[in-house]
Amino acid sequence: MDAFLDGFAVVAQPETLLYCLIGVLIGMLIGVLPGLGPAATMAILLPIVIQVGDPISGVIMMAGVYYGAQYGGTITSVLLRLPGEASSVVTVFDGFALAKQGKAGTALGIAAIGSFVGATVSIVALSLTAPFVASWAIDFGPPEYAALALLGVLLVSTIGSGNRIKALIAAAIGLLLATVGRDSFTGAERYTFGSLELSQGIDFVVVAMGLFGVAEILHNLEERHGKPHAPAKVANIWPSRKDLKEASPAVGRGTIIGFFLGVLPGGGAVMSSLAAYATEKRISKTPEEFGRGAIKGVAAPETANNAAATSSFIPLLTLGIPANASMAMLFAALLVLGITPSPALLDENPDLFWGVVNSMYVGNVILLLLSIPLVGIFVRVLRVRPAILAPITALITILGAYTLRNSTFDVFLMIFFGVVGYLMKKGGFEPGPMVLAFVLGAILENNVRRSMIIYDGDPTGFLMDPISGTILAVFVLVAAWPGVKALRNRNRPAAASSGETSSTSDNHDLPTR
Amino acid sequence: MTDERTPRQDILEEIEAEVAETLADEELPPGGPAYQTVGALVALAIGVGGMVLALDYGLDGLRRPGAGMWPFVISAVITFLSVVLLIVGRRLEDSVAFSRVSLLPAIGVLTFIGLGVLMPLVGFEIPSLVLCVIWLRFLGGESWRSTIVISVCTVAAFYFLFLYGLSIPLPHLLVF
Repeated sequence: MDAFLDGFAVVAQPETLLYCLIGVLIGMLIGVLPGLGPAATMAILLPIVIQVGDPISGVIMMAGVYYGAQYGGTITSVLLRLPGEASSVVTVFDGFALAKQGKAGTALGIAAIGSFVGATVSIVALSLTAPFVASWAIDFGPPEYAALALLGVLLVSTIGSGNRIKALIAAAIGLLLATVGRDSFTGAERYTFGSLELSQGIDFVVVAMGLFGVAEILHNLEERHGKPHAPAKVANIWPSRKDLKEASPAVGRGTIIGFFLGVLPGGGAVMSSLAAYATEKRISKTPEEFGRGAIKGVAAPETANNAAATSSFIPLLTLGIPANASMAMLFAALLVLGITPSPALLDENPDLFWGVVNSMYVGNVILLLLSIPLVGIFVRVLRVRPAILAPITALITILGAYTLRNSTFDVFLMIFFGVVGYLMKKGGFEPGPMVLAFVLGAILENNVRRSMIIYDGDPTGFLMDPISGTILAVFVLVAAWPGVKALRNRNRPAAASSGETSSTSDNHDLPTR
Repeated sequence: MTDERTPRQDILEEIEAEVAETLADEELPPGGPAYQTVGALVALAIGVGGMVLALDYGLDGLRRPGAGMWPFVISAVITFLSVVLLIVGRRLEDSVAFSRVSLLPAIGVLTFIGLGVLMPLVGFEIPSLVLCVIWLRFLGGESWRSTIVISVCTVAAFYFLFLYGLSIPLPHLLVF
């Protein structure tokens, strides 16, 4: 309890508050502006976070970017029917339908209130559960970690959008990239091709900045931007009592769905917003209203994506396993600041743990205040042309990469990974699983090798251990699921073909950016 | 945007049509089977190359795995999955075709490399200014006036942010 209160003392310091404010502001801005997503922005900001020096402020700022983006993404969905963030894609239909009926303000107001409620309830749940998870996981040994990291890589590859085989290939290449450099067990050099720089291993920050940051900047250059849309007019931002009453059950369900899906590796904000929307539509007595301006169709996904954004901190802060690409960036930020995320984080760095958790209470209040009265300012931000922002982000990225070690090698390596990321997108490969697997690569390899030494070379040891055995059983289930589903569909081909189309179009009305 | 004066039959259909139109307008066309094959072959090459090199690093036994064991296993997985992709993935439509517009990112990469090469030699100011001008005027189609104003302001802002705000010793030409 003391540590929890001390966390508030950390956040109350003016400097920390300032970084929290900067973080949520940047998050909200990039949420509003189409182009860079939160993971790419966090990657680009990594070198600057290192310069901040104080790990708590740096991590609080990065966290703010992530959950701030969830608020900002709503604004463009409602006003322009262009989701600023992937997690606001389903908000487009009802949000924009409301805007067309002159109720844009109501939609934004409900979204902001729902977001605030979802996030806050989720933080309370996080504050209560995280210490238990951390204390349970503190005795985890190499086999448990190996199994957990393996499951994390698999889930992120299979749950995300896109082709599964491609995602798994990308993840496996990420694991292979993580082996570049000197082997910590034997001292042998692997895949260095005689390069002195490569023998120290590839810096994670450089890979992330390249695959996320540079690749996205290059991709945006090529994307044809249609005619700029005029944003809908915003009036009467405060929702009426009737609207609030109508939305509140959806907010409640959205919070629960978001919290639980956010904890799952690979889940996070995008999946939970889709699931919350689908749930509301399914249980509604008037499903035909969805897509035509149903308040619940805005409230549920927006609440869920914020609840999920918050709860996805749990695996990172308690187990040291990032659940999605943005959490991988936060993981990287902690690593470069000299902190290894693990179950011991809570014991060893209570200030950091509670500082970050409690900063989210403050950050969400700031966001609520920003997103309701200041919505007009953010609408004006929408008029900034992407062409103007492109060179600014390009410069931050290159200069930032240089400052990592004052070396141009890092800059060129980052550009290389940027081109790789761009080409991957051309070939239909998502860079996300690769980056995440790269982060987990060293953890996975070290723990597998340690476990093999413990088990004296007998791999069945993993299955005998109750915890790693259970995790691996889940792994097998997840891995086998697509095969089982395909078999089931083959058994009823005619019914499946029509049923399948309607169920997928339900969840994927719009492709993500 | 749709014309507000048209009678509103069904708002959902209307929005769906608009969204489809926008997406058709903005989505780049898929690449076709050749793209899929090339993607799978590149992955296959990485897998096979990874296995061959890993053999050199030494596999040893499971009891005490050598430096090459882990990368060998991973490379074998990549190889297997690439072969599967090569067989079943030819008809996928998730690739994006190259077009004339793809020249823009190529030019973007060249400006990145230029900045990386020139920065240690002549400081970051002039190469950054040139990068901004190319991106704004030639890649972004901004007017000369806004190009110059934004470029100068951006470089000046970065100068003060990095050298004074964050005290990072970027190579620079101007000394105050």
